[in-house]
Amino acid sequence: MAKITFITTDDKTITLEGTTGSVMQLAVDNSVPGIDGDCGGVCSCATCHVHVDPDHLEKTGEASEIEEDMLDLNDYSNERSRLCCQLEITEKLDGLVLQVAESD
Amino acid sequence: METNNTKDHICVVIGASHAGVNFAFSLRKEGWEGDIILFDKDPELPYHRPPLSKAYLTSEDGIEANLLKSADSYKNENINLNLGLTVSAINRNDKTVVLSDGNMQKYDKLVLATGARPLIPPIPGIDNARHVYPLRTANDVENIRHAYRASSNKRIVVIGGGYIGLETAASLKKMGGIVTVLEREERILARVTTPEMSSFFKQLHATNGVDILTGKNVVGIKTEDHVNTIICEDGATFEADIIVVGVGIKVNLELAKEAGLHIENGIAVDETACTNDENIYAIGDCTYHYNPRYKRRIRLESVQNAVDQAKVAAAAISGKKPTYNSIPWFWSDQYDVKLQMVGLSEGYTSILQREEPGEGVKFSIWYFKDDELLAVDAVNNAKAYVLGTKFIKDATTIDKSKLADITIPLKPKNLLVETV
Ligand SMILES: Cc1cc2nc3c(=O)[nH]c(=O)nc-3n(C[C@H](O)[C@H](O)[C@H](O)COP(=O)(O)OP(=O)(O)OC[C@H]3O[C@@H](n4cnc5c(N)ncnc54)[C@H](O)[C@@H]3O)c2cc1C
Ligand code: FES
Repeated sequence: MAKITFITTDDKTITLEGTTGSVMQLAVDNSVPGIDGDCGGVCSCATCHVHVDPDHLEKTGEASEIEEDMLDLNDYSNERSRLCCQLEITEKLDGLVLQVAESD
Repeated sequence: METNNTKDHICVVIGASHAGVNFAFSLRKEGWEGDIILFDKDPELPYHRPPLSKAYLTSEDGIEANLLKSADSYKNENINLNLGLTVSAINRNDKTVVLSDGNMQKYDKLVLATGARPLIPPIPGIDNARHVYPLRTANDVENIRHAYRASSNKRIVVIGGGYIGLETAASLKKMGGIVTVLEREERILARVTTPEMSSFFKQLHATNGVDILTGKNVVGIKTEDHVNTIICEDGATFEADIIVVGVGIKVNLELAKEAGLHIENGIAVDETACTNDENIYAIGDCTYHYNPRYKRRIRLESVQNAVDQAKVAAAAISGKKPTYNSIPWFWSDQYDVKLQMVGLSEGYTSILQREEPGEGVKFSIWYFKDDELLAVDAVNNAKAYVLGTKFIKDATTIDKSKLADITIPLKPKNLLVETV
């Protein structure tokens, strides 16, 4: 079980508990605004873009090449950007804080 | 927007899939305060369709692992979702829809998101053949998985080499089946992509042990002792325990047609997704829509189109003046290959293929009409895909010789035409 906190673009804090599946699915199941997951979690849509809290980069590890490439030219991406469909929920993510990225 | 005016208004949506569901949530977000009522004949909670022929087929997941939104989301947003109910008619005069259970539902605004259904070709013998399935719904996947598990020989013939047929072939191969694809045209994906991509995918399947045979027009199916024999026009025959039909779709436009809405290769809508009735909108696969970027009407079968049109219709119904001018994008996953496409390549006059150095398959095909970049097909190359998207969006003229030079990395600035 992992407790994951989302901070939305209008600064609301939503804390959710998940056991399996991806962080994107957890967010979509709980209607976190700004996480749409249009492609179902296969790195094709970039509608699950988040920024990892600077103190939590160890929990999430690094973005994969395709995530980096998909966000390469995104106006709202930074070095802490992830596509959260690629974050698998495990105990390791317990306490993770994610900022939902803006989009056009 | 005039939110206070919508309190007593009812918006009815026919079809609760990518288009209908996204529309309903977008409409709430726009501030609609009245009822939002969705109807779908499919009894399952609305789910993602693309994975059906890909990862979902090979998994043992139930559909709850693949939902567009959780059941609670509909409740939280006060969206009234009615499943297992078919809308059988639209009465534009008294603004009602008739349901399969005999009830009527009033509407102020109506949205048609009826999508499409698989085309089942009238092949003699197909009705009596065993284990013949299309692939469009969760139930179709259930049927295919079930037949697959029950079959001892696991010989599968896929009729039709479009994206869905090819993805299904790749998935069933991964599961351990013996898979053959029969395509009527001289190349696979003939309707949707260029000869270059067709031959790439044909080779990919061959490497993975799936036979793709082109120029194979199926003219009959004979079924004896639980085995189907598929007969082609050229006399070739193939035995199959399971047949997957993937020859394309038929747009669900009968309701619209009977209601007298303008039909033309789909339900005709303008750039705000509005039909010729100001109270009726149509979105997604069922539409033949105007896109000002291309200055013509287009029909698309993609998640992008369904989601973007849903947002446009929601904004339009909320009194805004949105325009649907999206650049189409699409993806397909087969084996370890990810294809990402952006733009519309139709009308291209030249192409440029760029293979990235290094291990593994990684390339992109760039389609130009003279100097204008129309589209990019990127294989295992998200960088080319996003770059192509940006160039098309900004209408940037790029230096083709730089693009062709693989020692120059794919970065926006690297590829610009130098101006003196
Ligand atoms: C196997 C498969 C793989 C795909 N892969 C991709 C991909 O990789 N990328 C991509 O972009 N797109 C892909 N697509 C296409 C994508 O899924 C469609 O473009 C998308 O589903 C269109 O959404 P829609 O809501 O317009 O229509 P649909 O998804 O067709 O939904 C229409 C809904 O309306 C309902 N309906 C119709 N008539 C009535 C009625 N009279 N009463 C009640 N309900 C009704 C139907 O039951 C259905 O649920 C794939 C499709 C399939 C089938
Ligand atoms: S859900 Fe589409 S990229 Fe993550």
